[in-house]
Amino acid sequence: MAAAAHADVHANEHDHAHEHHEQSFIRKYIFSEDHKVIAKQYLISGIIWALIGGFLSLVFRLQLGYPGIDLGWLKPILGERWFDDTGKLDPNYYIALVTMHGTIMVFFVLTAGLSGTFSNFLIPLQVGARDMASGFINMLSYWFFFLSSVIMFSSLFVHDGPAGGGWVIYPPLSALPDAAPGSATGMTLWLISMAIFIVSSLLGSVNYVTTVINLRTRGMTFDKMPLTIWAFTFTAILGILSFPVLFSAALLLIFDRSFGTSFYLSDIYINGQALPNQGGSPILFQHLFWFLGHPEVYIVILPALGMTSEIIATNSRKPIFGYRAMIFSMLGIMFLAFIVWAHHMFMTGMNPFLGSVFMLLTLIIAVPSAVKAFNYITTMWRGNIVFTPAMLFSIGLVSFFVSGGVTGIILGNSALDIQLHDTYFVVAHFHLVMGSAAFFGMVAGVYHWFPKMFGRMMNATLGYIHFWVTIAGVYVVFFPQHYLGIAGFPRRYYAYTGFDFTNKYQDLAELSTIAAIVVFAANIIFLFNFFYSIFWGKKATANPWRSNTLEWTTPVEPGHGNWPGEIPVVYRWPYDYSKPGAAEDFIPQHIPFSATPESNLEEENEQIKEEREIEGIQFNHSIPD
Amino acid sequence: MRQNELKMPINKLSEEPKQVLTVNKWKFMVWLFIITIIMLFASQTSAYLVRRAEGNWVEFDIPQIFWFSTIVLLISSVSMHFSLQSAKKNNQSMLKMAVAITFAFGIAFLVMQYLGWQNLQQQGVFLKGNPSGSFFYVFTGLHMAHLLIGLGILIATFIMAFRMKINSKNTLLVEVCATAWHFLDLLWVYLFVFLLYFR
Repeated sequence: MAAAAHADVHANEHDHAHEHHEQSFIRKYIFSEDHKVIAKQYLISGIIWALIGGFLSLVFRLQLGYPGIDLGWLKPILGERWFDDTGKLDPNYYIALVTMHGTIMVFFVLTAGLSGTFSNFLIPLQVGARDMASGFINMLSYWFFFLSSVIMFSSLFVHDGPAGGGWVIYPPLSALPDAAPGSATGMTLWLISMAIFIVSSLLGSVNYVTTVINLRTRGMTFDKMPLTIWAFTFTAILGILSFPVLFSAALLLIFDRSFGTSFYLSDIYINGQALPNQGGSPILFQHLFWFLGHPEVYIVILPALGMTSEIIATNSRKPIFGYRAMIFSMLGIMFLAFIVWAHHMFMTGMNPFLGSVFMLLTLIIAVPSAVKAFNYITTMWRGNIVFTPAMLFSIGLVSFFVSGGVTGIILGNSALDIQLHDTYFVVAHFHLVMGSAAFFGMVAGVYHWFPKMFGRMMNATLGYIHFWVTIAGVYVVFFPQHYLGIAGFPRRYYAYTGFDFTNKYQDLAELSTIAAIVVFAANIIFLFNFFYSIFWGKKATANPWRSNTLEWTTPVEPGHGNWPGEIPVVYRWPYDYSKPGAAEDFIPQHIPFSATPESNLEEENEQIKEEREIEGIQFNHSIPD
Repeated sequence: MRQNELKMPINKLSEEPKQVLTVNKWKFMVWLFIITIIMLFASQTSAYLVRRAEGNWVEFDIPQIFWFSTIVLLISSVSMHFSLQSAKKNNQSMLKMAVAITFAFGIAFLVMQYLGWQNLQQQGVFLKGNPSGSFFYVFTGLHMAHLLIGLGILIATFIMAFRMKINSKNTLLVEVCATAWHFLDLLWVYLFVFLLYFR
């Protein structure tokens, strides 16, 4: 009905809901404008990237665990020139591997793969829309992402190797092609790829926000939206506000690299030769970069938290504890995300007073984060918990979020950061709180919404094996790294064996490496489960988790336009689980209060008379400017 | 809407269901894109201020032609306004002319910016060199790049106007175009005043 109203306002706009002609294969599966197909494209791309990123991490973990190990067998994959005669990894390539692992995981897996998959898939289905606000822009967003993926992937194989210098690509190292092999062609490709990635991300985010604001079904007021949608919306807003700033940083870096400007360069000597660049400031780059960089970690974690809220409430068979508190804590996190960036820069010689301000703001983030963690725990408290694989991974997320968040409080102190800055403590911290937690959220989302995506169920037993090996493995990988960091071992170093004081930590590094291999193997099980189930999994029912949100009211495999008939109308919030008096332990959002007199609260009985009004809503999309 | 009214029972029609006003999705998207552009230039100008505060900053005179180009762009905004008005009044010939004039002034602006660059180079201010000059080129260049997108929308509007697809009932494209164009105009005024003030 909402779609019909659109068609009336814009005569030239197609009404997708009533189109039933067969599309060609290319339009249907490749250059598709359907949000579900685009979501799957993002998911598959994200999985491929996760495999590549994970594989790269294994290569450098092997070097860290067993310094000088013979990796010659990787020559056919990574190229001859990165290994010497004994098969030892080239140090320049080591740092390039670290850089690419970070870039791939942060941007290509946990930003595009996570938001791209689930925002695309769930927003129209959960707010009750036929598709995204603009299917075309959505398609464009994916193909820009694809292009940037191709460029980033090809940079792995250029002569000088991929970008080196960390995913943060600080100048002057990254600004001078002659400074290191990793600053040559690989860095150029990195910058081009990221610029395109930013375009893709912005197109996607603009679409998500517009869809949520403009295309909600009748009755889907903001206070009835699932927390997933809130999380995706906040994520998209974060992206809209922060990615242009990264573009700025990258643009000036491109000018410095290719056009001889001096935004970030001053007083530099290479091989005893003075460079002409004068008057630049490398710290300026850090300010610009971290203005994106910090919101970026929330872009990564917020969608995961949103999906966790949904999965935990559903599988605890209890209403989410503190629905509004959840929204406001996400809002708080989003707001604070923009005013804490300098805590990444305590060591740049900033004014100590400024450091204290940023420290205070940083520590305040602990408050909304703790609200969320407590709300998850209180939602599970005395619930009839169903331990599906998705639920286990959600609980795992909460575990990582807490144990990684606690070290965040330590790192946020500007005084403690002097010791811990750029050590393995930082590595352990963010791999737990944003890396593994967001990854668990993504995996939980895959397990939970797989039946809606592919119409089949994933194997639960394999899911349990996947979960238990992964959660134990991830803790074994990253927990020892806290100790390494406290002892002062810096991140991005080629080997622990270079210094006497770190020699004795070699066994901890070895333990990390072994656990990393085990975790990677466990995720191969997941991949097998995923691809096997797409084709041969057990057929799913329409609502296998007995969930309340709108996507489960569609057919088992929703077609173009999502609902065959009219879009359902929403009458209640999405968390009516185990309501006293109700026949079932869940009441979906589209069931009116008039149909459930046995379980209605007093104020809900009063809402019955509003139902006709909600059904009669007609959207008028013609507000003049 | 007409379809819905047909489907609805008769008694419902008399009740006059409440119309919920929502923003048109295309207009909303344009505003979101504008926000991204604002963030881009906000970050650029704050980078400028941060860098400038560090000293070693070469001052130079901004060529006069940038004043004239600003006036040209402001005039183009006026003619853009006329395009929207004539679209709303269904005045097709006026619409086409106003859009064409806006486009011509937009091109004139770009040419004048380019001439301004040449003047700067004659003054000895190059892209390479002290960041004060580099920033000037980057700001103007970035704005010109965005103006090219605006010109693209103008061409689309002109084609649609030529095919008589724009009328008082369907002004969406002109409205979107006007929003974008006025924004780009305002953005330049901001940049220009900024560059004049924080030299």
